[in-house]
Amino acid sequence: MRINTKRFAAGAALALVASVGLAACGSDDGGSGDGDGTTVTFLPKNLGNPYFETSDAGGEKAVKEFGGVYDEVGPDTAGPDAQVSYIDTAAAQGVNVLVVSANDPDALCDSLNAAREAGTKVVTFDSDTNPECRDLFINQATAEGIAKVQVDMIAEQIGDSGEIAILSAAANATNQNAWIELMEAELEASHPDIELVATVYGDDDDQTSFDKTAALLADHPNLKGIISPTTVGISAAARYLSTSDAKGKVALTGLGTPNQMRDYVKDGTVTEFALWNPEDLGFLSAYAGKALADGDITGEEGDTFSAGDLGEFTVGADGTVLLGDPFRYNADNIDDFNF
Amino acid sequence: MSTQTDGSAGAPARTYSSYSRNVALRVLMTREMAIVVALVVVYLYALGNIQFFDGPLTLFNLSKEYAPILMMALPMTLIIITGEIDLSVASTLGVSAAVTGVLVIEHDLSVPTAAVLAVVVGAVLGALNGFFVAYVGLPSLAVTIGTLALYRGLAEGLIQDKRIAGFPDTWQDWPTERIGETQYPNIVIPVVVLVVVFAVLLHFTTFGRGVFEIGLSDEAAHFSGVNVARTKLVLFTLSGAVAALAGVYVALKANSVATDTGAGFELKVIAGVLLGGVSIFGGRGALHGVVAGVLLIAVLNSALQLDGQGSEVIQIIIGLLLVGSVIASSNLSRVRALLPRRAVKTAARSTTTPPTPTPGDDTRKVVQ
Repeated sequence: MRINTKRFAAGAALALVASVGLAACGSDDGGSGDGDGTTVTFLPKNLGNPYFETSDAGGEKAVKEFGGVYDEVGPDTAGPDAQVSYIDTAAAQGVNVLVVSANDPDALCDSLNAAREAGTKVVTFDSDTNPECRDLFINQATAEGIAKVQVDMIAEQIGDSGEIAILSAAANATNQNAWIELMEAELEASHPDIELVATVYGDDDDQTSFDKTAALLADHPNLKGIISPTTVGISAAARYLSTSDAKGKVALTGLGTPNQMRDYVKDGTVTEFALWNPEDLGFLSAYAGKALADGDITGEEGDTFSAGDLGEFTVGADGTVLLGDPFRYNADNIDDFNF
Repeated sequence: MSTQTDGSAGAPARTYSSYSRNVALRVLMTREMAIVVALVVVYLYALGNIQFFDGPLTLFNLSKEYAPILMMALPMTLIIITGEIDLSVASTLGVSAAVTGVLVIEHDLSVPTAAVLAVVVGAVLGALNGFFVAYVGLPSLAVTIGTLALYRGLAEGLIQDKRIAGFPDTWQDWPTERIGETQYPNIVIPVVVLVVVFAVLLHFTTFGRGVFEIGLSDEAAHFSGVNVARTKLVLFTLSGAVAALAGVYVALKANSVATDTGAGFELKVIAGVLLGGVSIFGGRGALHGVVAGVLLIAVLNSALQLDGQGSEVIQIIIGLLLVGSVIASSNLSRVRALLPRRAVKTAARSTTTPPTPTPGDDTRKVVQ
């Protein structure tokens, strides 16, 4: 009998631990759902990723602007179905808008559709799911836009004439090759005095890209500029240039992130490079969700909505909204970004 | 061990009662019931205090996510009761999901055929664990840590860099469709069937009795007629097969298979089993406790998520709960070790038998 009492006490203690744990959390204001504004939950690929911290900060800014309730949840690692339980929870909470950057185009579909049946509007950004699983996709950039901004930047930096080269990723990288093809077409059409003398492949490997940059400069003494449409390539090329004689003489531009490129912009190796602005991306996604939740738009092609300072946007084919031209980063604005 | 069975068969001149407590106390005052009570308390608390917990999606989502964990926890319970452990279940699940995916998507097999083949593969992988543990005599911890990596590697080899996605709609939808108007998805049906099967196997068969005997002492079990090696082989094979079945479900549910499908599930499974009152040293445990243990983790997780808590808070609470339950049980036996001295004076006038082994006694009484 005495054993029983002890045992019961142990059990009771256990139950107590459980309920105390819950009570501690219960006292915390549940957050979403209590306000009278639109509830918007951001679900990035994973938490603690500076890129998504920037985009979600943009989302939070937008949500505050229209008086909604902002929340951010997400897994610690970007596994294919790690986001499922967060989607399920958001659906059960009945949030108005769920803004997702999908880790997998298929694995999230059932949960997203269950959420939509429960009345939640689903907006994807950065990485899309299958189109039938979401209401809108906010596309950060088109291939044409990415190609054009890089050609424009190099033309400005070398005075619209001279030899240039491209430092790409892998030779069979689909997106890279699509951009290179478009850049060649753009050069031919609008910049007849610029000659593309070589396209080399650094395989998105830092050391290979570094070596290829050295080889490019050795093989083409008259080279005036390099375009590297990959974040690994541009930072490796900048690292090489910054310590070589060519610093300041050979222009370098392409697609990069501010944190990788900050030092090279400040020391004059790089004048300007491009990428979309993740903050604007999050900002637009939140406004698109708001427009859906209010019933202003349904996600049909041709629907238009307003996104605060960013202006008017029109829904394109397959429920896609384009953020716009890539954003140019230079010495004037690079310190405003941290990703 | 076996004397108890013999004794109950026909020993008229017994000088002491079979149990020191009456039936109600024996059923209610157990670690298992403590977990069941904790589950009910947490559930009711969440219903009353957590916003949205009473919504129509809560139980649905919870069943959908925890079905594979509960499935794998069933054979794991039996394995841990024998004093062994199977850390490779999540990797076996990954192999099975990969096999199902490759067969259906790349080789156009029907889902049932692929599922049967995947379960066979899982059983073979489990049997391999069992062979090393039971017949070669290696420690299961070492063997299954090895196969945890090995089987995960197999899954990666099967998938490589391919994208496996897009199962046929009818099969893909079935596991997560609701049963009629209820809040439960179809997958609950096979899970309940498995729970009943394993409960009968553990608590109402001689095989199950043997499982407990092995956990208390391999040698004693051997001398009392239990085929120790075969029992372990069967258990690991079952574990592989059930993990594979869970793998088929996970693949269909997600509609895609990746190299890390199910990674980390083994810890959730083992946490559920230990929280459910099964002794990690073997010889003690009951299936209803394990079901309650897994559900307790599921309900806590769901409630905390709905309350807007981050994954760190959830992990901390479940970790504390687990540590707390282990401390409670180890203190319990320490307290009990002190008790008999006092107990002899007061209640146990007729106790002339040697003292019962401490950790295992209750469960076996419940079993009988």
